[in-house]
Amino acid sequence: MKHRTFFWFFLPTGLAMLLFIAAPIVSVVIQSLFTPHEAVFRTVESCTPFTCVQETIIDQEATRALREEAPLGRFAGLDIYFDRGHLAVNEVALIWRASNTWAEFFNRLGNLPFYRAMAFTLTYTFTVTPLLIVLGLMIALAVNSLHRHLKGLVIFFSLLPMIVTPLIGSLILFWMIDSRGIIGSAIQWMANDPGLSLKASTGLTWIMLIVYGVWHSAPFAFVVFYAGLQTLPKDQLEAAQIDGATRWQQVRYVVIPHIMPLVTFVALIQLMDNFRVFEPIVGFNAEAHATSLSWIIFNDLGGETRQLSAAAATSVMTIIGVAILLSPVLVRTWRDFKGKH
Amino acid sequence: MASKAQRVPLGLRLTTSLFIIVWLILAAFPFFWTLWGSFKVELDFFSIADWTNALFGPRTQETYGSPFTGAGYYGAWVQEDFWRAAINTFIVCFFVVCTSLTIGTLGGYALSRSGFRYTFWLLIIALIFRAMPPITLVAGYMLPFFEWNVWGILPTTIIVLVAINQPFTLWMLHSFFQNIPKELDESAKVDGCTQFQAFRHVIVPVMWPGVITTGLFSFLLAYNDFAVTSMLLSESNRTMIPEIAAFLGTTYTEGNVMFAVAAVVSATAPLFILVMFFQRQIVSGLTAGAVKG
Repeated sequence: MKHRTFFWFFLPTGLAMLLFIAAPIVSVVIQSLFTPHEAVFRTVESCTPFTCVQETIIDQEATRALREEAPLGRFAGLDIYFDRGHLAVNEVALIWRASNTWAEFFNRLGNLPFYRAMAFTLTYTFTVTPLLIVLGLMIALAVNSLHRHLKGLVIFFSLLPMIVTPLIGSLILFWMIDSRGIIGSAIQWMANDPGLSLKASTGLTWIMLIVYGVWHSAPFAFVVFYAGLQTLPKDQLEAAQIDGATRWQQVRYVVIPHIMPLVTFVALIQLMDNFRVFEPIVGFNAEAHATSLSWIIFNDLGGETRQLSAAAATSVMTIIGVAILLSPVLVRTWRDFKGKH
Repeated sequence: MASKAQRVPLGLRLTTSLFIIVWLILAAFPFFWTLWGSFKVELDFFSIADWTNALFGPRTQETYGSPFTGAGYYGAWVQEDFWRAAINTFIVCFFVVCTSLTIGTLGGYALSRSGFRYTFWLLIIALIFRAMPPITLVAGYMLPFFEWNVWGILPTTIIVLVAINQPFTLWMLHSFFQNIPKELDESAKVDGCTQFQAFRHVIVPVMWPGVITTGLFSFLLAYNDFAVTSMLLSESNRTMIPEIAAFLGTTYTEGNVMFAVAAVVSATAPLFILVMFFQRQIVSGLTAGAVKG
């Protein structure tokens, strides 16, 4: 294809991505370096017949003029990144000096919003991903051994947790684990503690979110692994059987090596997707116990005071996090490309 | 024929069946439970006294004279104007799918037919864009959209969702077009067609399976989006998912949780139907990237 033809074919989609993905990224980076204008104050003297009082009032007009003139705000450099809501450098230094043990240090670090969110995001990402791979593989192996008439039905129901909107899925589970819902009361009955509420404790909330995450993403792993199992080389399995391999040995030494590339694929995709965990926190109403980077951005952007600069700084740090998780994928794609050419 | 060595021992078969049943209950039961409960009053669905109340609905019987009631649905759809959100969702999904497929097909086709090195870099950039969480981009949209006075309306959101959709669409369609033999359009070009005519008359008729699969995922992205729609749409233009989130804020205080339950069930129904009819396409779409890559 000629360069010219390619250009015209690619123009609409390229333009869409340039204007609405590339430009916003640049805009977010710039925004994160600026902080909103402070209100302009003016001192006026108001006199009553007896005394004169000096008063400081907000000069509405001058403030508005300033905001019109430079809507981005004033340049702050990296200040926003280091403030209390983000990396909190000063606070971390203080805590470091004041704490005697590592446990104390981490404990206090957990009170700073950014580190609190980071702790949950990383815990979630690195527990959900391996768990969902294991569960997905187990489902795939089990479904593969089913009669073929049943397979379609089982796949249909297995897809549901993944296809359903994350917010809706988490709400449905949230209502069930409510202390008056069916799972909630079942757990109370099992623990023999009528006052038990999953929502009240941080540990239980984290477990709940992780269970939701596995429930939501396991179907993806299942479908990918199931497709991989369909291409399993029959002769290798037969050879293993003739050599007297047990069923477990067949799985361990034939099946798993065969689908290992798919495991890597699912792991890489899911690491990136779980890192952006956000909807379940809203759905489970869990922000008191667990926050994530995406949730902080959402929280800063919403409401009456739209803190664009704060949200932008968190966005940039989230993008950096995603970039770190993405780099193995890029290296892999690059190697594939090199191999082909 | 299954040989003796391949026959599954009874114990293992029982364990597998049991495991499948447990998984099916985990995967499907919450949906049916919520569907059933959405026809009850709140005191039955969230019963302190006895969990079987949610099954038989004694309080619903007391209030409405029948164990089932559509009060939650009436409240959500009529009282709280959920139908407006449903129409908005329909508009957004329809235009997002159409636009993103149109421009995505052209782009994906071009990427698959051009042998130059820059196609690889364009695909890599698309992959990076695909990994960006959409919420991180929203902070970048806010300021310009406010300045140009286009915040809060449906067309803006549609364009943003189309753009966010593009990287994925391009990858899917690129790999799909690569499986259509190049000779097809090459021979059309030899016969005197331009590249676009070759695309129009030779490729378009055979591309529908891939386009439908990609369209399904575009639809799911637009339908399931919460981060972008809730931030970029004004209150009167909300789609279903942000509307449900907004319900939660108000209903917990007013004691109208059942409105939200009914709305949730209503929003799940189209997805159910979608999976029912397009299961094969969804499965093939999910595995397309994986098995090849």
